[in-house]
Amino acid sequence: MKFFEHFGNYTLFLLGLFKRPERFKVFAKQTLLEMSSIGVGSFGIVSLISVFTGAVSTIQIGVQLVSGLVPDYMLGTFVRDSNIYEFSPTITCLVLAGKVGSSIASEMGTMKVTEQIDALEIMGINSANYLVLPKILAGVLTIPLLVVYAMVLSIIGGAISGVMGDIISVDAYVRGLRTDFVPFSVWFALIKSTTFAFLITSISAYHGYRTEGGALEVGRSSTMAVVYSAVAVIIFDYILSDILLGA
Amino acid sequence: MIQLKNIKKSFNGKIVLDDISASFYPGKANFVIGASGSGKSVMMKCMVGLIDVDQGEIFYGQDDFVNKSYEERKLIRKEIGMLFQGTALFDSLSVEDNIAFPLRMFTQMTAEEVLERVNFCLKRVDLANVNKLYPSNLSGGMKKRVGIARAIALNPKYLFCDEPNSGLDPLTSRLIDKLIKEITIEYNITTVINTHDMKSLFDMGDNIIYIYQGKKEWEGEKSLIRSSGNSRLLEFMKASEF
Repeated sequence: MKFFEHFGNYTLFLLGLFKRPERFKVFAKQTLLEMSSIGVGSFGIVSLISVFTGAVSTIQIGVQLVSGLVPDYMLGTFVRDSNIYEFSPTITCLVLAGKVGSSIASEMGTMKVTEQIDALEIMGINSANYLVLPKILAGVLTIPLLVVYAMVLSIIGGAISGVMGDIISVDAYVRGLRTDFVPFSVWFALIKSTTFAFLITSISAYHGYRTEGGALEVGRSSTMAVVYSAVAVIIFDYILSDILLGA
Repeated sequence: MIQLKNIKKSFNGKIVLDDISASFYPGKANFVIGASGSGKSVMMKCMVGLIDVDQGEIFYGQDDFVNKSYEERKLIRKEIGMLFQGTALFDSLSVEDNIAFPLRMFTQMTAEEVLERVNFCLKRVDLANVNKLYPSNLSGGMKKRVGIARAIALNPKYLFCDEPNSGLDPLTSRLIDKLIKEITIEYNITTVINTHDMKSLFDMGDNIIYIYQGKKEWEGEKSLIRSSGNSRLLEFMKASEF
Protein backbone atom coordinates (compact mmCIF):
# COMPACT_ATOMS: atom_id res chain seq x y z
CA MET A 1 0.00 0.00 0.00
CA LYS A 2 2.87 2.36 0.86
CA PHE A 3 4.27 1.84 -2.66
CA PHE A 4 0.97 2.90 -4.28
CA GLU A 5 0.76 5.94 -1.97
CA HIS A 6 4.28 6.99 -2.98
CA PHE A 7 3.59 6.28 -6.64
CA GLY A 8 0.42 8.41 -6.58
CA ASN A 9 2.15 11.27 -4.77
CA TYR A 10 5.14 11.05 -7.12
CA THR A 11 2.84 11.24 -10.16
CA LEU A 12 1.05 14.29 -8.72
CA PHE A 13 4.41 15.85 -7.92
CA LEU A 14 5.51 15.40 -11.55
CA LEU A 15 2.24 16.83 -12.87
CA GLY A 16 2.77 19.95 -10.73
CA LEU A 17 6.27 20.42 -12.11
CA PHE A 18 5.60 20.79 -15.77
CA LYS A 19 4.27 24.34 -15.86
CA ARG A 20 5.55 27.35 -17.71
CA PRO A 21 8.44 28.86 -15.70
CA GLU A 22 7.70 32.22 -14.04
CA ARG A 23 10.74 33.86 -15.70
CA PHE A 24 12.50 32.07 -18.57
CA LYS A 25 15.77 33.96 -17.99
CA VAL A 26 15.90 32.87 -14.34
CA PHE A 27 14.93 29.31 -15.33
CA ALA A 28 17.72 29.13 -17.94
CA LYS A 29 20.28 30.44 -15.44
CA GLN A 30 19.17 27.89 -12.84
CA THR A 31 19.40 25.07 -15.41
CA LEU A 32 22.94 26.08 -16.41
CA LEU A 33 24.02 26.18 -12.76
CA GLU A 34 22.55 22.72 -12.19
CA MET A 35 24.23 21.40 -15.34
CA SER A 36 27.54 22.62 -14.01
CA SER A 37 26.87 21.07 -10.61
CA ILE A 38 25.76 17.68 -11.99
CA GLY A 39 28.09 17.50 -14.99
CA VAL A 40 31.33 19.18 -13.99
CA GLY A 41 30.84 18.13 -10.37
CA SER A 42 30.64 14.45 -11.34
CA PHE A 43 33.53 14.42 -13.81
CA GLY A 44 36.11 13.08 -11.39
CA ILE A 45 34.12 10.20 -9.97
CA VAL A 46 32.82 9.15 -13.40
CA SER A 47 36.37 9.16 -14.80
CA LEU A 48 37.68 7.01 -11.98
CA ILE A 49 34.82 4.51 -12.11
CA SER A 50 34.93 4.21 -15.91
CA VAL A 51 38.65 3.57 -16.25
CA PHE A 52 38.55 0.86 -13.59
CA THR A 53 35.36 -0.73 -14.93
CA GLY A 54 36.97 -1.05 -18.36
CA ALA A 55 40.20 -2.34 -16.85
CA VAL A 56 38.45 -4.96 -14.72
CA SER A 57 36.23 -6.11 -17.58
CA THR A 58 39.30 -6.69 -19.78
CA ILE A 59 40.99 -8.78 -17.07
CA GLN A 60 37.87 -10.83 -16.29
CA ILE A 61 36.92 -11.48 -19.91
CA GLY A 62 40.57 -12.23 -20.70
CA VAL A 63 40.64 -14.88 -17.98
CA GLN A 64 37.66 -16.61 -19.55
CA LEU A 65 39.04 -16.60 -23.12
CA VAL A 66 41.75 -19.17 -22.52
CA SER A 67 40.27 -22.03 -24.59
CA GLY A 68 41.76 -20.81 -27.87
CA LEU A 69 38.42 -21.39 -29.63
CA VAL A 70 37.68 -17.66 -29.62
CA PRO A 71 40.17 -15.36 -31.39
CA ASP A 72 42.00 -13.05 -28.91
CA TYR A 73 40.89 -9.85 -30.69
CA MET A 74 37.31 -10.69 -29.68
CA LEU A 75 38.29 -9.53 -26.18
CA GLY A 76 38.11 -5.95 -27.50
CA THR A 77 34.64 -6.64 -28.92
CA PHE A 78 33.37 -8.08 -25.65
CA VAL A 79 34.82 -5.24 -23.58
CA ARG A 80 33.30 -2.69 -25.97
CA ASP A 81 29.85 -4.27 -25.95
CA SER A 82 29.69 -4.97 -22.22
CA ASN A 83 30.70 -1.40 -21.43
CA ILE A 84 28.51 0.32 -24.00
CA TYR A 85 25.42 -1.80 -23.43
CA GLU A 86 25.60 -2.20 -19.68
CA PHE A 87 28.50 -1.05 -17.53
CA SER A 88 28.84 2.56 -18.62
CA PRO A 89 25.17 3.57 -18.50
CA THR A 90 24.15 1.45 -15.52
CA ILE A 91 27.17 1.68 -13.23
CA THR A 92 27.64 5.39 -13.98
CA CYS A 93 23.98 6.07 -13.21
CA LEU A 94 24.07 3.98 -10.04
CA VAL A 95 27.04 6.03 -8.86
CA LEU A 96 25.24 9.24 -9.85
CA ALA A 97 22.14 8.05 -7.98
CA GLY A 98 24.32 8.16 -4.88
CA LYS A 99 26.15 11.38 -5.60
CA VAL A 100 23.59 13.53 -7.40
CA GLY A 101 20.53 11.92 -5.78
CA SER A 102 21.67 12.48 -2.21
CA SER A 103 22.77 16.02 -3.05
CA ILE A 104 19.38 16.92 -4.57
CA ALA A 105 17.40 15.29 -1.75
CA SER A 106 19.42 16.91 1.03
CA GLU A 107 19.31 20.33 -0.64
CA MET A 108 15.55 20.15 -1.13
CA GLY A 109 15.02 18.64 2.33
CA THR A 110 17.01 21.38 4.04
CA MET A 111 15.12 24.04 2.11
CA LYS A 112 11.86 22.42 3.20
CA VAL A 113 12.63 22.18 6.92
CA THR A 114 14.08 25.71 7.04
CA GLU A 115 10.88 27.07 5.41
CA GLN A 116 12.72 28.33 2.31
CA ILE A 117 10.23 26.43 0.13
CA ASP A 118 7.35 28.02 2.07
CA ALA A 119 8.96 31.41 1.43
CA LEU A 120 8.92 30.74 -2.32
CA GLU A 121 5.26 29.62 -2.22
CA ILE A 122 4.21 32.72 -0.28
CA MET A 123 5.91 34.90 -2.89
CA GLY A 124 3.60 33.25 -5.44
CA ILE A 125 6.28 31.06 -7.02
CA ASN A 126 5.58 27.42 -7.93
CA SER A 127 8.44 26.09 -5.81
CA ALA A 128 8.52 22.64 -7.41
CA ASN A 129 8.68 24.16 -10.88
CA TYR A 130 11.32 26.71 -9.87
CA LEU A 131 13.54 24.33 -7.90
CA VAL A 132 13.02 20.88 -9.40
CA LEU A 133 12.43 21.36 -13.13
CA PRO A 134 15.92 22.86 -13.76
CA LYS A 135 17.47 19.89 -11.90
CA ILE A 136 15.57 17.37 -14.00
CA LEU A 137 16.35 19.17 -17.24
CA ALA A 138 20.02 19.54 -16.28
CA GLY A 139 20.19 15.84 -15.36
CA VAL A 140 18.56 14.71 -18.60
CA LEU A 141 20.94 16.87 -20.65
CA THR A 142 24.12 16.18 -18.70
CA ILE A 143 24.02 12.56 -17.54
CA PRO A 144 23.86 11.05 -21.07
CA LEU A 145 26.96 13.11 -21.96
CA LEU A 146 28.71 11.75 -18.88
CA VAL A 147 27.73 8.25 -19.97
CA VAL A 148 29.25 8.79 -23.45
CA TYR A 149 32.39 10.05 -21.73
CA ALA A 150 32.31 6.97 -19.47
CA MET A 151 32.06 4.66 -22.52
CA VAL A 152 35.17 6.19 -24.08
CA LEU A 153 37.14 6.06 -20.83
CA SER A 154 36.12 2.48 -20.04
CA ILE A 155 37.33 1.33 -23.46
CA ILE A 156 40.61 3.19 -22.92
CA GLY A 157 40.86 1.68 -19.41
CA GLY A 158 40.31 -1.76 -20.93
CA ALA A 159 43.13 -1.19 -23.40
CA ILE A 160 45.51 0.00 -20.70
CA SER A 161 44.89 -3.02 -18.46
CA GLY A 162 45.02 -5.38 -21.44
CA VAL A 163 48.42 -4.09 -22.54
CA MET A 164 49.85 -3.66 -19.02
CA GLY A 165 48.72 -7.14 -18.01
CA ASP A 166 50.01 -8.63 -21.26
CA ILE A 167 46.52 -9.95 -21.98
CA ILE A 168 46.15 -8.50 -25.48
CA SER A 169 48.08 -6.30 -27.90
CA VAL A 170 46.85 -2.84 -28.85
CA ASP A 171 46.35 -3.89 -32.47
CA ALA A 172 44.25 -6.90 -31.52
CA TYR A 173 42.23 -4.83 -29.07
CA VAL A 174 41.51 -2.15 -31.69
CA ARG A 175 40.62 -4.83 -34.23
CA GLY A 176 38.15 -6.25 -31.70
CA LEU A 177 36.66 -2.80 -31.10
CA ARG A 178 36.03 -2.42 -34.85
CA THR A 179 34.50 -5.86 -35.30
CA ASP A 180 30.72 -6.09 -35.71
CA PHE A 181 30.04 -2.67 -34.22
CA VAL A 182 26.30 -1.97 -33.97
CA PRO A 183 25.66 1.80 -33.86
CA PHE A 184 22.32 1.16 -32.14
CA SER A 185 24.24 0.08 -29.03
CA VAL A 186 25.18 3.73 -28.43
CA TRP A 187 21.58 4.85 -28.97
CA PHE A 188 20.48 2.14 -26.57
CA ALA A 189 22.91 3.44 -23.93
CA LEU A 190 21.72 7.02 -24.51
CA ILE A 191 18.04 6.04 -24.18
CA LYS A 192 18.84 4.19 -20.96
CA SER A 193 20.91 6.99 -19.47
CA THR A 194 18.29 9.65 -20.33
CA THR A 195 15.64 7.53 -18.61
CA PHE A 196 17.90 6.91 -15.60
CA ALA A 197 18.72 10.64 -15.40
CA PHE A 198 15.03 11.50 -15.24
CA LEU A 199 14.40 8.85 -12.58
CA ILE A 200 17.38 9.84 -10.40
CA THR A 201 16.65 13.58 -10.41
CA SER A 202 12.87 13.36 -10.07
CA ILE A 203 12.80 10.62 -7.40
CA SER A 204 15.47 12.40 -5.35
CA ALA A 205 13.70 15.74 -5.64
CA TYR A 206 10.40 14.09 -4.66
CA HIS A 207 11.91 12.64 -1.47
CA GLY A 208 13.63 15.91 -0.60
CA TYR A 209 10.49 17.94 -1.27
CA ARG A 210 8.40 15.75 1.05
CA THR A 211 10.76 16.11 4.02
CA GLU A 212 9.05 17.12 7.25
CA GLY A 213 10.86 17.68 10.54
CA GLY A 214 14.54 18.43 11.04
CA ALA A 215 18.09 17.29 10.36
CA LEU A 216 17.31 13.64 11.08
CA GLU A 217 14.53 13.60 8.48
CA VAL A 218 16.75 15.32 5.91
CA GLY A 219 19.26 12.48 6.31
CA ARG A 220 16.46 9.93 6.05
CA SER A 221 15.10 11.55 2.88
CA SER A 222 18.55 11.53 1.38
CA THR A 223 18.95 7.81 2.08
CA MET A 224 15.48 7.06 0.70
CA ALA A 225 16.29 9.07 -2.44
CA VAL A 226 19.44 7.03 -3.12
CA VAL A 227 17.77 3.68 -2.41
CA TYR A 228 14.66 4.33 -4.51
CA SER A 229 16.67 5.87 -7.36
CA ALA A 230 19.03 2.89 -7.47
CA VAL A 231 16.14 0.42 -7.40
CA ALA A 232 14.37 2.35 -10.17
CA VAL A 233 17.55 2.33 -12.28
CA ILE A 234 17.89 -1.44 -11.95
CA ILE A 235 14.22 -2.09 -12.72
CA PHE A 236 14.21 0.20 -15.75
CA ASP A 237 17.48 -1.34 -16.91
CA TYR A 238 15.62 -4.63 -17.21
CA ILE A 239 12.49 -3.09 -18.75
CA LEU A 240 14.39 -1.11 -21.40
CA SER A 241 16.65 -4.05 -22.25
CA ASP A 242 13.60 -6.22 -22.72
CA ILE A 243 11.77 -3.65 -24.84
CA LEU A 244 14.72 -2.48 -26.98
CA LEU A 245 16.80 -5.63 -27.27
CA GLY A 246 14.31 -8.44 -26.58
CA ALA A 247 13.22 -10.76 -29.37
CA MET B 1 -7.91 44.48 5.72
CA ILE B 2 -7.98 40.73 6.28
CA GLN B 3 -11.04 38.97 7.60
CA LEU B 4 -11.37 35.39 8.76
CA LYS B 5 -14.86 33.94 8.82
CA ASN B 6 -15.53 30.73 10.74
CA ILE B 7 -12.35 28.95 9.73
CA LYS B 8 -11.86 25.38 10.83
CA LYS B 9 -8.89 23.10 10.48
CA SER B 10 -8.15 19.65 11.84
CA PHE B 11 -5.31 17.15 11.39
CA ASN B 12 -6.12 13.43 11.63
CA GLY B 13 -9.35 14.21 13.45
CA LYS B 14 -7.71 16.57 15.97
CA ILE B 15 -9.27 20.04 15.76
CA VAL B 16 -6.55 22.69 15.61
CA LEU B 17 -8.63 25.71 14.58
CA ASP B 18 -12.21 25.76 15.72
CA ASP B 19 -14.57 28.24 14.10
CA ILE B 20 -12.28 31.27 14.22
CA SER B 21 -13.49 34.63 12.98
CA ALA B 22 -11.27 37.69 13.27
CA SER B 23 -10.33 40.96 11.59
CA PHE B 24 -6.88 42.41 10.90
CA TYR B 25 -6.65 46.12 10.14
CA PRO B 26 -4.38 48.15 7.83
CA GLY B 27 -1.78 50.40 9.42
CA LYS B 28 -2.07 48.40 12.65
CA ALA B 29 0.09 45.81 14.36
CA ASN B 30 -2.42 42.98 14.74
CA PHE B 31 -1.14 40.53 17.35
CA VAL B 32 -2.13 36.89 17.65
CA ILE B 33 -1.13 35.53 21.03
CA GLY B 34 -1.54 32.18 22.74
CA ALA B 35 0.40 29.35 24.32
CA SER B 36 2.55 26.98 22.26
CA GLY B 37 0.31 24.56 20.37
CA SER B 38 -2.71 26.85 20.59
CA GLY B 39 -2.97 27.05 16.78
CA LYS B 40 -1.38 30.45 16.05
CA SER B 41 1.11 29.19 13.47
CA VAL B 42 -1.47 26.97 11.76
CA MET B 43 -3.80 29.96 11.54
CA MET B 44 -1.06 32.06 9.94
CA LYS B 45 -0.22 29.28 7.48
CA CYS B 46 -3.92 29.02 6.59
CA MET B 47 -4.07 32.76 6.05
CA VAL B 48 -1.17 32.72 3.56
CA GLY B 49 -2.39 29.53 1.88
CA LEU B 50 0.39 27.18 2.95
CA ILE B 51 -2.31 25.02 4.58
CA ASP B 52 -5.84 24.75 3.20
CA VAL B 53 -8.67 25.31 5.67
CA ASP B 54 -11.36 22.64 6.05
CA GLN B 55 -14.11 25.23 6.26
CA GLY B 56 -14.58 28.99 6.37
CA GLU B 57 -13.51 32.02 4.37
CA ILE B 58 -10.48 34.30 4.34
CA PHE B 59 -10.95 37.71 2.75
CA TYR B 60 -8.11 39.93 1.55
CA GLY B 61 -10.05 43.13 1.00
CA GLN B 62 -12.98 41.89 -1.07
CA ASP B 63 -11.16 38.80 -2.42
CA ASP B 64 -12.10 35.42 -1.00
CA PHE B 65 -8.70 33.72 -0.83
CA VAL B 66 -10.03 30.25 0.03
CA ASN B 67 -12.19 29.83 -3.04
CA LYS B 68 -9.62 31.07 -5.52
CA SER B 69 -7.59 28.87 -7.85
CA TYR B 70 -3.81 28.47 -7.43
CA GLU B 71 -3.17 31.01 -10.19
CA GLU B 72 -5.67 33.51 -8.75
CA ARG B 73 -4.10 33.11 -5.30
CA LYS B 74 -0.72 33.98 -6.77
CA LEU B 75 -1.97 37.49 -7.50
CA ILE B 76 -2.85 37.98 -3.82
CA ARG B 77 0.38 36.33 -2.67
CA LYS B 78 2.37 38.93 -4.56
CA GLU B 79 0.90 41.48 -2.13
CA ILE B 80 2.03 39.44 0.89
CA GLY B 81 5.37 39.69 2.66
CA MET B 82 6.34 37.25 5.37
CA LEU B 83 8.98 37.21 8.05
CA PHE B 84 9.53 33.63 9.14
CA GLN B 85 10.50 32.49 12.61
CA GLY B 86 13.78 31.10 11.23
CA THR B 87 13.96 33.90 8.60
CA ALA B 88 13.91 31.39 5.66
CA LEU B 89 16.54 33.33 3.75
CA PHE B 90 17.87 31.42 0.73
CA ASP B 91 21.22 29.97 1.84
CA SER B 92 22.66 29.85 -1.64
CA LEU B 93 22.01 33.54 -2.35
CA SER B 94 23.77 36.62 -1.01
CA VAL B 95 21.86 39.23 1.00
CA GLU B 96 21.52 41.36 -2.13
CA ASP B 97 20.21 38.45 -4.20
CA ASN B 98 17.78 37.42 -1.44
CA ILE B 99 16.17 40.86 -1.44
CA ALA B 100 16.39 41.18 -5.22
CA PHE B 101 14.77 37.77 -5.73
CA PRO B 102 11.09 38.85 -5.74
CA LEU B 103 11.98 41.95 -7.75
CA ARG B 104 13.67 39.88 -10.47
CA MET B 105 10.82 37.38 -10.53
CA PHE B 106 7.87 39.74 -10.61
CA THR B 107 8.93 43.12 -11.93
CA GLN B 108 10.40 44.44 -15.15
CA MET B 109 12.99 46.51 -13.28
CA THR B 110 16.45 46.94 -14.80
CA ALA B 111 19.50 45.70 -12.89
CA GLU B 112 20.22 49.26 -11.72
CA GLU B 113 16.66 49.76 -10.49
CA VAL B 114 16.75 46.43 -8.65
CA LEU B 115 20.01 47.37 -6.93
CA GLU B 116 18.60 50.75 -6.01
CA ARG B 117 15.52 49.14 -4.46
CA VAL B 118 17.65 46.56 -2.61
CA ASN B 119 19.82 49.29 -1.14
CA PHE B 120 16.74 51.30 -0.17
CA CYS B 121 15.25 48.27 1.65
CA LEU B 122 18.56 47.55 3.40
CA LYS B 123 18.83 51.17 4.48
CA ARG B 124 15.25 51.05 5.74
CA VAL B 125 16.17 48.18 8.08
CA ASP B 126 19.39 49.95 9.14
CA LEU B 127 21.82 47.60 7.44
CA ALA B 128 24.77 48.73 5.38
CA ASN B 129 27.65 47.02 3.58
CA VAL B 130 26.10 43.57 3.80
CA ASN B 131 25.06 43.19 0.13
CA LYS B 132 27.63 40.54 -0.71
CA LEU B 133 27.43 38.58 2.56
CA TYR B 134 25.60 35.25 2.76
CA PRO B 135 22.97 34.39 5.39
CA SER B 136 25.48 32.12 7.16
CA ASN B 137 27.69 35.18 7.76
CA LEU B 138 24.94 37.13 9.56
CA SER B 139 23.87 37.28 13.22
CA GLY B 140 20.29 36.38 14.23
CA GLY B 141 19.22 40.02 14.41
CA MET B 142 20.77 40.84 11.04
CA LYS B 143 19.03 37.86 9.46
CA LYS B 144 15.69 39.11 10.80
CA ARG B 145 16.37 42.53 9.31
CA VAL B 146 17.27 41.04 5.95
CA GLY B 147 14.07 38.95 6.23
CA ILE B 148 12.10 42.17 6.76
CA ALA B 149 13.91 43.86 3.87
CA ARG B 150 13.01 40.97 1.57
CA ALA B 151 9.41 41.00 2.83
CA ILE B 152 8.97 44.70 2.01
CA ALA B 153 10.86 44.65 -1.32
CA LEU B 154 7.66 44.49 -3.37
CA ASN B 155 5.77 47.04 -1.22
CA PRO B 156 3.36 44.48 0.26
CA LYS B 157 -0.11 45.33 1.47
CA TYR B 158 0.04 42.55 4.04
CA LEU B 159 2.95 41.57 6.30
CA PHE B 160 3.00 38.37 8.34
CA CYS B 161 5.56 37.95 11.11
CA ASP B 162 5.84 34.56 12.81
CA GLU B 163 7.54 34.94 16.20
CA PRO B 164 9.71 37.84 15.00
CA ASN B 165 11.64 37.98 18.29
CA SER B 166 12.36 34.31 18.81
CA GLY B 167 16.03 33.63 19.50
CA LEU B 168 16.93 37.31 19.81
CA ASP B 169 18.33 39.19 22.80
CA PRO B 170 15.97 41.75 24.44
CA LEU B 171 17.69 44.76 22.90
CA THR B 172 17.60 43.37 19.35
CA SER B 173 14.01 42.26 19.92
CA ARG B 174 12.98 45.82 20.68
CA LEU B 175 14.78 47.08 17.58
CA ILE B 176 12.97 44.55 15.39
CA ASP B 177 9.64 45.49 17.03
CA LYS B 178 10.29 49.17 16.40
CA LEU B 179 11.16 48.46 12.80
CA ILE B 180 8.02 46.42 12.15
CA LYS B 181 5.86 49.05 13.77
CA GLU B 182 7.43 51.89 11.77
CA ILE B 183 7.04 50.01 8.48
CA THR B 184 3.43 49.14 9.30
CA ILE B 185 2.50 52.77 9.84
CA GLU B 186 4.70 54.20 7.08
CA TYR B 187 3.29 51.99 4.31
CA ASN B 188 -0.17 51.42 5.86
CA ILE B 189 0.42 47.66 5.87
CA THR B 190 -1.92 45.14 7.48
CA THR B 191 0.60 43.48 9.78
CA VAL B 192 -0.16 40.19 11.53
CA ILE B 193 2.26 39.13 14.28
CA ASN B 194 2.32 35.79 16.08
CA THR B 195 4.12 36.03 19.39
CA HIS B 196 4.45 34.96 23.02
CA ASP B 197 6.35 38.13 23.83
CA MET B 198 4.13 40.31 26.03
CA LYS B 199 6.70 43.11 26.13
CA SER B 200 6.48 43.26 22.36
CA LEU B 201 2.68 43.26 22.52
CA PHE B 202 2.51 46.13 25.01
CA ASP B 203 5.14 48.14 23.13
CA MET B 204 3.67 47.97 19.65
CA GLY B 205 0.39 46.03 19.61
CA ASP B 206 -2.80 47.66 18.37
CA ASN B 207 -5.35 44.91 17.87
CA ILE B 208 -5.03 41.69 19.89
CA ILE B 209 -6.44 38.22 19.27
CA TYR B 210 -6.00 35.59 21.97
CA ILE B 211 -6.25 31.94 20.95
CA TYR B 212 -6.69 29.09 23.40
CA GLN B 213 -6.69 25.48 22.21
CA GLY B 214 -7.72 26.41 18.69
CA LYS B 215 -10.53 28.77 19.70
CA LYS B 216 -10.57 32.52 19.72
CA GLU B 217 -10.95 33.47 23.37
CA TRP B 218 -10.74 37.22 23.07
CA GLU B 219 -10.30 39.99 20.52
CA GLY B 220 -9.90 43.68 21.15
CA GLU B 221 -7.66 46.70 21.45
CA LYS B 222 -4.53 46.62 23.57
CA SER B 223 -5.95 49.19 26.02
CA LEU B 224 -8.79 46.81 26.87
CA ILE B 225 -6.73 43.70 27.48
CA ARG B 226 -6.27 44.13 31.25
CA SER B 227 -9.99 44.71 31.71
CA SER B 228 -10.96 41.87 29.38
CA GLY B 229 -12.33 39.75 32.21
CA ASN B 230 -11.06 36.64 30.41
CA SER B 231 -9.42 34.56 33.12
CA ARG B 232 -7.31 32.48 30.69
CA LEU B 233 -5.96 35.57 28.95
CA LEU B 234 -5.17 37.26 32.27
CA GLU B 235 -3.46 34.10 33.49
CA PHE B 236 -1.43 33.92 30.23
CA MET B 237 -0.36 37.53 30.68
CA LYS B 238 0.44 37.05 34.35
CA ALA B 239 2.66 34.07 33.53
CA SER B 240 4.61 36.25 31.10
CA GLU B 241 5.28 39.04 33.60
CA PHE B 242 8.40 39.04 35.71
